[in-house]
This record gives sequence, structure tokens and C-alpha cells, in this order.
Amino acid sequence: MMVPLWLIVLVKSAVLLLVVVTTFAYAMLAERKVLGWMQLRPGPNRVGPWGLMQPAADAAKLMLKEDLTPKTADPLIYRLAPFISLLTAFSVYAIIPFGSSSSGTWAIGNVNAGILLILAITSIGVYGISLGGWASGSKYPLLGSVRATAQMISYELAMSLSFIGVLILAGTTSLDGIVNAQVRWWFFVPQFFGCIIYIITAVAETNRTPFDLVEAETELVAGFHTEYSGLRFGLFFIAEYVNMLTVSCIATLLFFGGWNAPLGLTLIPGVVWFVAKVAMFMFFYMWLRATLPRLRYDRLMAFGWKVLLPLATLNLVVTAIVVAFRG
Amino acid sequence: MNPYGPVAIYLCVAFAAALLFSVLPGLLQRQKPNPQKLEAYECGVEPTSAVAGRFPVRFYLVAMLFVIFDVEAASFYPWAVQMHALRVFGLLEMIVFIIVLAIGYAYVWKKGGFVWR
Repeated sequence: MMVPLWLIVLVKSAVLLLVVVTTFAYAMLAERKVLGWMQLRPGPNRVGPWGLMQPAADAAKLMLKEDLTPKTADPLIYRLAPFISLLTAFSVYAIIPFGSSSSGTWAIGNVNAGILLILAITSIGVYGISLGGWASGSKYPLLGSVRATAQMISYELAMSLSFIGVLILAGTTSLDGIVNAQVRWWFFVPQFFGCIIYIITAVAETNRTPFDLVEAETELVAGFHTEYSGLRFGLFFIAEYVNMLTVSCIATLLFFGGWNAPLGLTLIPGVVWFVAKVAMFMFFYMWLRATLPRLRYDRLMAFGWKVLLPLATLNLVVTAIVVAFRG
Repeated sequence: MNPYGPVAIYLCVAFAAALLFSVLPGLLQRQKPNPQKLEAYECGVEPTSAVAGRFPVRFYLVAMLFVIFDVEAASFYPWAVQMHALRVFGLLEMIVFIIVLAIGYAYVWKKGGFVWR
């Protein structure tokens, strides 16, 4: 008897989500370890050998914590917001390809509007943060969330413009096609500025240091999730790390050749290269967090609108000129 | 199967997983609320002012600018994918478009739309 196709997809989806959640758990541990080493301390090392059970301990603790809803909060939206954040963070993986073999691309869905769908899904994520802060009915979350919204939509502009250079070179929006167009040159060579702009905006989109104005603890307590406790705070936390993973995957796919092996090392399977490149980006994130101080808000906005947006446009015009006359 | 079929199935699984994570806290923990716990956060003292509801109007301006420029950014996408076919014609068309965009951008810049004060 043939196994129906939808069942295969269902199992694949469940496994992929499990992988994503596990990766989140160990990315969090890795970040704490890396931050620890960069500050000359051991990092978490009590729970399990080498601190490896730390994510499980954290999860158990967060689940058992009391889930408080402030009396000033809007209860429905207050509970809905972390759900939206997490759902959008998970949803992107429906179309991200991880590797390729003779039987096809390793992705849940290989759609030809890949980048557009990614942009569409990730931009919904801002609702989780803005609604969460607003529905808390408290002033620090509100300020944090309006800041977050302004920051994320401002940098989303430069982000969507930085993709266009890649689209011009690849001539397709399907992620599969973009990776296959990078067999000779990874796009960070011809799209160097596009790549830099993307990486900067990606850090801002995921609200990570030095762009973590959203939860600037010196000014806003904890930003938009001040009122959240227990697992609901955990949902925002998972969403943040899964988003980090997402933007690392997108950077790998668009600029670093996806699963293409560098230097013709095709003996090692493509998926290993993909994971290695994503891990490199994740480490870069942690490195940034250990190195850079937080920006000032007016500078953040000015940088996004006055520097990144014109530069991204210039990058796309130059790419178009080169393609029009030579390509 | 339609390429969007698996995407839909995955979205259902993601929905279920996110929902599970969202209802889990209600099932696992005990609720022992007291008036202090349910107060909005204010560094330990009781909040004196009414709950927040006001924030700088500048954020609305950012939202409006975003809508304008993001629609323009979206119109680059179909052009970019066809660039290899359109060549110089496409380039000139887009440069005209970018000049129009740049005039609006320069206007907002001159009016101080990007200054955060």
C-alpha cells in the first residue's frame, strides 16, 4: 500500500518543527556559552554534562512559572500576541530549502515565489511585538512596542531592497533557483554591498544587539515583554531565536551559496555546508552581542532611513546597469 | 501535489505547535494572583499615572513613510526578475521610476521627516 503524499508531508513538517525547536534550544545554550567565553567565564555548566541539559531545565522552569495577566491588559490580545510571534517565526520554514539531491530540493514546499513569501510571512511578525506591547496596558511595554514597530518597518524597507540585487542576478524569486544560480559565484562577491546591507538589517529585524532598542533594559525595563511571565515570555524568546535562525538561513541562501560547497569540496554533502554556514551566521550574531553597545534611538532611525535606504537603492541601480550592459 | 499544498500542511502543523505552546502554561501552572501581582509594572511602586495610551506622533509618520516606500520597493520585484530580458529598456524605465521616488525622498528629508526629535 502506498503511503499517501499528505502523510509524508505531515511527518516531514513535524520533524522539521522538532528540529527547529531543538536548534532554538541549543542555539540559546550556545549563545550563553559563547558570551561566557568572551567574558572569560564558563557559561552555564551545572545542569547535565557541560551544561547540555540547561535548555530542558529552562523549559521546565518557564512552564511551571505563574502566568500573570496585568489587570490593565486586554486579555485576549495579550494572549494572542506571543502566539502570533511564534507562529510567524515557525511558518517561514515551510519554504526554506536545506539541501538538494537527485530526487529534488529538501524543502517542505518548493514554491516559485519563495522570497516574496518569506518577506510576506516575516513582516507579519511585527504584529506579535506591537500588539503584545500595546495589550499589556503598561507604559514600558507600550513604548517598547512602538519603538519596535518603527524600527522593524524602517529596516524592512532596506532589507527588501537589498534582496533585489540578488533577484536581478538570479532572474528568479524561487529560493531553489537562486541557490542554483550561485554555483559559480556566491552572490556575496557580486552583491557585496547588498550582503552587508542585508546582514545589518537582519540584525535590526530580529531586534538583536546593537539594535535591541526594543528591550533596552536601561530605559524600558524589558521592552515589549515586560509584563509577560512564564511560558508566554518564553514564546517571545523562542520566536526571537527562531527568527535569528531564519535570517541566517536567508543570508546563507541568498548570499553564501546555500548548499553549494566552497572550493569544489563536493564530497561533503550540501546540507552539511548549509548547516555550517548558518552556524557561522549564528556565531556572528553572538559575537556582535558580546562586542557592540546599543545604538541611540534617533541614530538608529537616521541610519535606517538616511544611510541604508539610499545605499540599497544605489546597489540595485548599479547591479541593474551592469546586468543591462554586460549580463 | 500543488507546490503550495505542502506549505499549507506545514502551516497547519506550525499552527498546532504554536497553539500547544500557548495553552500549555494554563494547564501546567497554579494561579495564585494577588492585587500586587496584577498591577502593571512600575519598579515596585504603585503606578501613579493612568495606563499608557499616549506615545509620540512621530511613530505614525514613520508608519506612513513605510507604507509609501514599501509599495515602491515591492514594484521593483517583478522588474528585477525580468532584468535579463529587459536590458537597457528596463534599466531606463526603472531609472525614471527611481528619480520620481528620489524626489519624494528628498522632499521628506528636507522637511525633516527622518530627524528624530
